[in-house]
This record gives sequence, C-alpha cells and structure tokens, in this order.
Amino acid sequence: MIARRLIAPRLIAAALLASAAAAPALAQDFAVTNATVAIGDGSAPIPNGTVVVRGGKVVAAGAGVAVPAGVRVIDAQGKWVTPGLVVAVTDLGLRDVEAVDDSNDTEAGKSPFSAALDIAAAINPDDMPIQISRAGGVTRAAVAPLDTGTIFAGQGAVIDLGADPDAVTAARAFQYVELGEQGARKAGGGRVAVQAALRNALAEARELARRGGGQGADPRLQDGAPERPGDALLNRFDAAALVPVVQGRQPLYAHVERAADIRMALNLKREFPALKLVLVGVTEGWMVARELAAAGVPVFATPLNDLPDRFEQIGATQSNVGRMARAGVKVALGAFFDQPRYAPQYAGNLVALTRLPGASGLDWGAALAAITSVPAEVLGQGDRFGSLKPGRAGDVVIWDGDPLEAGSGVLRVFIDGVEQPLANHETRLRDRYKVPTEGSLPKAYEW
Amino acid sequence: MRTNRFLVGAAALVLALNSAGAGLAKDKKAETKADNPAVTFNKNPYPSTYRPYPGQPVLITGATVFDGKGGRIDGGAVLLKDGKVVGVGGSLADLAVPADAVRIDGTGKFVTPGIIDAHSHLGVYPSPGVQAHSDGNEATAPTTAEVWAEHSVWPQDPGFSRALANGGVTSLQVLPGSANLMGGRSAVLKNVYARTVQGMKFPGAPYGLKMACGENPKRVYGGKGRMPSTRMGNFAVNRATWIKAQEYRRKRDAGKLETRDLAMETLAGVLDGEILIQNHCYRADEMALVLDMAKEFGYKVSAFHHAVEAYKIGDLLKQNGVCSAVWADWWGFKMESLDAIPENAGILYKAGACVVIHSDDANGIQRLNQEAAKAQGDARRAGIDIPDAEVIRWLTLNPAKAIGVDQQTGSLEAGKMADVVLWNANPLSTYARPEKVWIDGALLFDAADPKRRPVSDFELGQSGEGDVK
Repeated sequence: MIARRLIAPRLIAAALLASAAAAPALAQDFAVTNATVAIGDGSAPIPNGTVVVRGGKVVAAGAGVAVPAGVRVIDAQGKWVTPGLVVAVTDLGLRDVEAVDDSNDTEAGKSPFSAALDIAAAINPDDMPIQISRAGGVTRAAVAPLDTGTIFAGQGAVIDLGADPDAVTAARAFQYVELGEQGARKAGGGRVAVQAALRNALAEARELARRGGGQGADPRLQDGAPERPGDALLNRFDAAALVPVVQGRQPLYAHVERAADIRMALNLKREFPALKLVLVGVTEGWMVARELAAAGVPVFATPLNDLPDRFEQIGATQSNVGRMARAGVKVALGAFFDQPRYAPQYAGNLVALTRLPGASGLDWGAALAAITSVPAEVLGQGDRFGSLKPGRAGDVVIWDGDPLEAGSGVLRVFIDGVEQPLANHETRLRDRYKVPTEGSLPKAYEW
Repeated sequence: MRTNRFLVGAAALVLALNSAGAGLAKDKKAETKADNPAVTFNKNPYPSTYRPYPGQPVLITGATVFDGKGGRIDGGAVLLKDGKVVGVGGSLADLAVPADAVRIDGTGKFVTPGIIDAHSHLGVYPSPGVQAHSDGNEATAPTTAEVWAEHSVWPQDPGFSRALANGGVTSLQVLPGSANLMGGRSAVLKNVYARTVQGMKFPGAPYGLKMACGENPKRVYGGKGRMPSTRMGNFAVNRATWIKAQEYRRKRDAGKLETRDLAMETLAGVLDGEILIQNHCYRADEMALVLDMAKEFGYKVSAFHHAVEAYKIGDLLKQNGVCSAVWADWWGFKMESLDAIPENAGILYKAGACVVIHSDDANGIQRLNQEAAKAQGDARRAGIDIPDAEVIRWLTLNPAKAIGVDQQTGSLEAGKMADVVLWNANPLSTYARPEKVWIDGALLFDAADPKRRPVSDFELGQSGEGDVK
C-alpha cells in the first residue's frame, strides 16, 4: 500500500507507454456471462455471474450485472472466472532452461555490483516460462534477482505476462536482500557478518543521501555524485541504489525463514525507521505471527513448507499461512521457484487444511485472494490489478472448473482486456504427439 | 584432493586384485563350486526385520472404494483382519465380519490402497538437507553397482512422516541418485519408522538397480575430466560394464569364480532377472537406445523414471512392457526436460503403456494424488478421458508392479497386505487428505488423533514437535 504511493508516478508512465504500444489497439470490450465468478478479494464465488470489461478494465463483476449493448458476449456455460493470478518473487523472464547457464539470467555472482542490479533490463517477454505460466492463468508477476556476490540481490520488477514486448509494469519496484542462511554465506560466513554487511550498507546509503546523492528515478544514473567517505565499502552504484530503500521510497524484500531472523528483520525498523519491509519465505512466521501483525509487515510466504529442510526451517508446517492470516498478518503466497502455474494448487491445499483437525488454512475466497488481490496489494498494485473489482485491469481467466482444484485448467486468458494466445512449446508438442506413431512423413512435418 | 582420492581408490583396487591373486594360487585346488564364497554367498545379508504392528479388525462401510486395479465400488465395504485385506464388496453380505471389528462409517469418504512411490530419496537425502546428510550419490566413479541405498537410509528422516500423513504413502522405493550410470541398489521400504533400516525393509521385495541416462553422468564425470563426458560415452561405459558382468556370470556358472565382487553380483542379479532395472531417463531417443542395450545384454528394464518424453514412444514402451514413472508437469529445469508436457501420462495411458506417478521429491511425495489429478485433467482437456479408478492405479498397483511388490500390495484384494488409506474426500481432489492410514492392518496415522502421528527422533524437543505438518 505504501509502495503503491511511491510507484505511482512510474506506473502512470508505464501505463501510458503500454497504451501507446499494444493494449488499446487490441483490447476488446467483452462480457463473460453465465459464469461462476470469483472476484479475488476474499469473497465467496458467485454463481450465474457476469464480468464486463471495457477499455481494458473491469467495469463490473458479480450477479445481476447487465451486459452493455454492443459488447461481445462470451457465454461461459457455467464455467469459472477469476482475476489473473499474481505470483510474486519468481524468476519469470530471466531464463529459458534453468540448468542451461547461457539461458539463465538469475545469477550475477561475479558481478562487481549487487544492490544496483536492475532486473527490468533483463526481462525477456518471449521466454518459454512466461508463455507456459500465462497458459496456466498467471497474468502478473514480481521478478526478483536471485543470486549475487553479496546479501543484496538487486532491484526486482513487476511484470505482466502479456504476449507483447512491454512486460515491465514497474521497474525497480523493490530491493531484495538475503538475511538468513543464504545471506550468511554471501556475507562471508555467519549471521553476524550479515548484520554488519546490512547495517554498513544502509548506513552508507543514508550518508550518501545526506550528501545529496542517490536521488531521482534511477539513483544510479545521477551525474556529479557527491564525494563519499574514503572508507566506503559499497561501490557508488550499489550505495546509490540503496538510498531509496533507506528513505522508504522503495520496499526492501527480505528473505528470512527462522523466527529469530524474522524478529531481527522487524527490529531493523528501530534503526532505520523509514524502511518499508516485506518478508519473503517466512517458514517460521507462525511462531512470531503476532509481532508480524503488530508491525504491519506483509509477507510472501512459501505456501506448503512442512519439512525442516534447513535448520532455519525447523518449525515448518503447512499451517503457517493459516496461522499468520488468523493473527492478522497480510499473507500472500509466493517465493515458490518451481513453477508459478502451481499457485492455484498451493492455494487449494490451504483450503484442504481447513478440513483437517488441528490444522489452519484459508477459506476458499481467502485462498484465491492469496494468489490474486493480496499479492497485488503487497506489490503496491492493488488498485491496478489483482481482482475483478471495477477499475482493475481486465485480467480475466476462464477455467474449466474450480480453479483451486488440481484437475482444473485454463480455457482463456485476457490481460488488460486483450485475449492472449495460449499456445506454447508444451501445447505444440502435445498436438504433434497426441498420436505418437509416425505417418507417411516424419513427425517433423506435422506442425 | 579429488584426484588424490581417486588415486587412493585405484591403488586400493590394485591391492585387492593382488591379494585375490595370491588367494587363488593358494586355494585353487581345494575350491569347489559348493564352497566357493563367490557362488554361495548370502544374497540377503541385511534381512528385513519388519513385522506388522498390531491392529484390530477394521470394517469400513459406505465408502467409495478404488481397488487400485481399476475398479470402483460406490457405497463399498472393506474388511481388514490380521494385517490382510479380507475382502472388498458392495455389501456386508460379501464379508464375514468378526464381532470385534472396528466399524467405520465411510459415507462420503474414499478408500484406496496405500499410495506407493516408486522413486523417492527419503532417507538418503533426508531433511535437514545438510552436507552431512548427502548420502544419495556415490559420485566417485561412473558405475557403482556395488553400493546399496539401504546402507545410506537414515530411518529418522522427518520426510517419512509427511509422506504418510499428507500423502497416504505406505511403501516406497528409495533410490540412489542419478550422478552415476549405475548408481547402486534401491531399497524398498514400508513407510514405518523403525530404529534400523532393516526394520523398514519391505519383506520379500526384490532389489532394484538404479541406472541413469543423459545429462547427469556425463556432466558429473566429464566435469572431472573422466569418461563419460558425452552420451556416447555413457553407452560405451555401460556396455563395457555389462560385458564384464556377462563374463562374470559365465565364470560363476562354470564354477570358475575366484573371488566375490559386489558390483558384479548386482549386475549378475540383473541378468538373472532377480534385480529390477530402474532407469532414470528423460529423452525418448535415449530410452529407445536403452531398450536395445537391454536386449543386447539380456536384461529387462522395469521402469523408466522421469521419462518426460515417454509420450513420444508410447507404442515402443507398451511393446516392451516397460512402465514410465513420471511427474505430472515438471518442466524446463534442465535441457533434457524441455520437451516435458502435462499430457505425458494421458498419452501413455491411451497408448496402453504402464503409467506410474512418482515424486523424486520430499514435497511431491506428499501430493502424489494431486499429481495424478493434474495429469488426469490435462489428459481430459486433450480429449483423453480416464476414469478416476484407472488414475488411482497409477499410484498403487502400477508402482507396486514397477518395483516388484504387486503380488503383496498395491490393490485391495483378499489376502494382500492391508495397506489402506481412508480419505476425507475423493483423493483426486486438492481438498482431500488422508483421514486414516493402515499399514499391514495397523493404524499408523489418524488425522483425528495427534498421538497417531509419528514424530522422528530428529524433531523431538525442537520447535513444532508433534505439530500438525
């Protein structure tokens, strides 16, 4: 919410750019009727509902909504309609094949830069994971840089998954930092080193800001940077990139798992009161749920961690999300690096937990919200997309069944009111090999 | 350091060969086939000590029963007694119900055989995943048929409990990793905590031999400047090793073996048909080559694991009677997974080939039922309708067959092990969870009873001990 304020000017610019380029040229006014409509704001699904999209935005959604004259009508025949899924802290657009280094831009371990790295410049809107995620109903994502030589991973972006060149909705939307075991490795060994590295970096940024540096839309590019103390450890780009963080103009996404690390992160606000913290991972969040809620710090929780995979995750339980939500923490699902299209399955599992003795989960409406409107809000984009409330982007997905059921699938996807192509490498192979045997010519001729 | 370790290994091997030679000269005349330890060795030196835990007779009525072999009974009854399935039927009249049976109203609930994972690394890559626990790949030589996964399994892996409680998993095959062309023997386990791995071993299960195609072996050894560094190198090393195994077997049968050789005993066991080949292989073209290699040396592949391109050769796999153990929709994490498609299982099923849904993952093993549901849904959207009861077979009888325990478990048939899951909803729904799980008739998980939830030694005294997971 706070982030929204600071990103707004940039957003407007981005939106204008988008209108010039693609969206309105192709955006069609349409209405989906006869649908089970889930708004995505936490409310229960509405049977026999209608969604109306005009000028690339949702105009109305729900029961008893009239279809304006002249608008194309899509009869959903009782199928389900939701807002597009919003998945945060992904590596979408940064790789084709994870293990093929040449295709993978998620690592910059040998770069002399870290906090200054700006992922927006590397996003490839044509990459296969974007196409495949889009076909799974994901329409918006936050992309995080993942691996540098320091605890700071650089600046992430908010993107849309539309089949057009303008993927980036908000560049430099957040700074990402590792404060747990991974951070300890980066900082030179141990959490003590993390603490020193973090405090020094933020202090250097504060000092740079005091001297008038690190201002502007992209603080790294400022000419005539002021003189810095001779013992500065950060290079000038990294220091400048942290100025908006320490001033609270850019959120700091901190990856923490252990309860003690979460408390440590929350305590940072005492020293650096302007910090806008968002916590990522948060496996042991349930153990400090009240503190999280009281601090008003939202989280992107990895949804179903229930194994003590690392010593910082000893208290892992699938009930983590439900318990945090019950304590009043703003919880979005995120930070699962397998495939963003699994978001609905994870959300569905949280519903399953509500039916299990002793477990905590989310009711259906809240579970869908945790992969639509809540992540949009945490990203500072809640008034722009993430639900089917009037005025939100026309990001609409039609499903062949309850979207949180593993067996359900996506039939159609719209982004900003533009119907999206769903064909991709997977679907093309499926079509070729539905009948595996070769005909009168090799398979290579079937396309 | 790495080089040194290999040199030490090579030196040790030379010593071993020398001492074997010395032994030969001394004992040759006295030795006959009958007392030759290379022939008469104990094939089961670490025998299963697992015994079923006590259980009461159980009668479930009014449930939807998926029997694991493709059958479905609505409003069905299942009777368990003395650790075995006594019967499955549409009414009580079919079953002789003991007076002391625990009666469970299964109305609105579902019963399946216990879920079986044909591909797990629980115990050999346990949680926490620290380096000290990394016991799944003996990545020091490209073929290590001499290692046995059971010697790595840590019986206190917290993952076993999650697989039981959330996934309804009652049996699993724990495999060595895929760094090596021949990674070693698998361990087939009952998903029951025990103080020793012997206490978990599935009685009477055959061993498997893990083999691996493709990227992993050539990357691991090519990276060390050793053979194999290419796919052709993979095959050359495999074939050379099989040639040695054939020679070993000929000598053995002729009574001419001079000393025991652990690796060759395993490979000879494969050629004898006693040990099942479990072959990690992604690409269709490589699977086809492996099938020919199996014919060249006279063995059979029981299952291709991962098999993301199996859909391209469903006809070939059916013809060769090989199962494909697959994920629903893992994709794009490495070059050889690029052609994975979510319709893999569905297209294979349509081709009449054996489908197994596997996990290869401590999280995935908790949701094999959902993986199957995803594959079923993707098949349906591709025009391939597969009944629920057939899909359940992918998680039960088919994996049992792939790992060689289908005579004992994997379906709800009279006389088979009472490995049973009672689900609170259709297991092909995301909203379903196991309510009760029996293994050999013993109730080992009950969602309503916190004390029927195992807690591994590792978790005692730590945050979240005994928590719902």
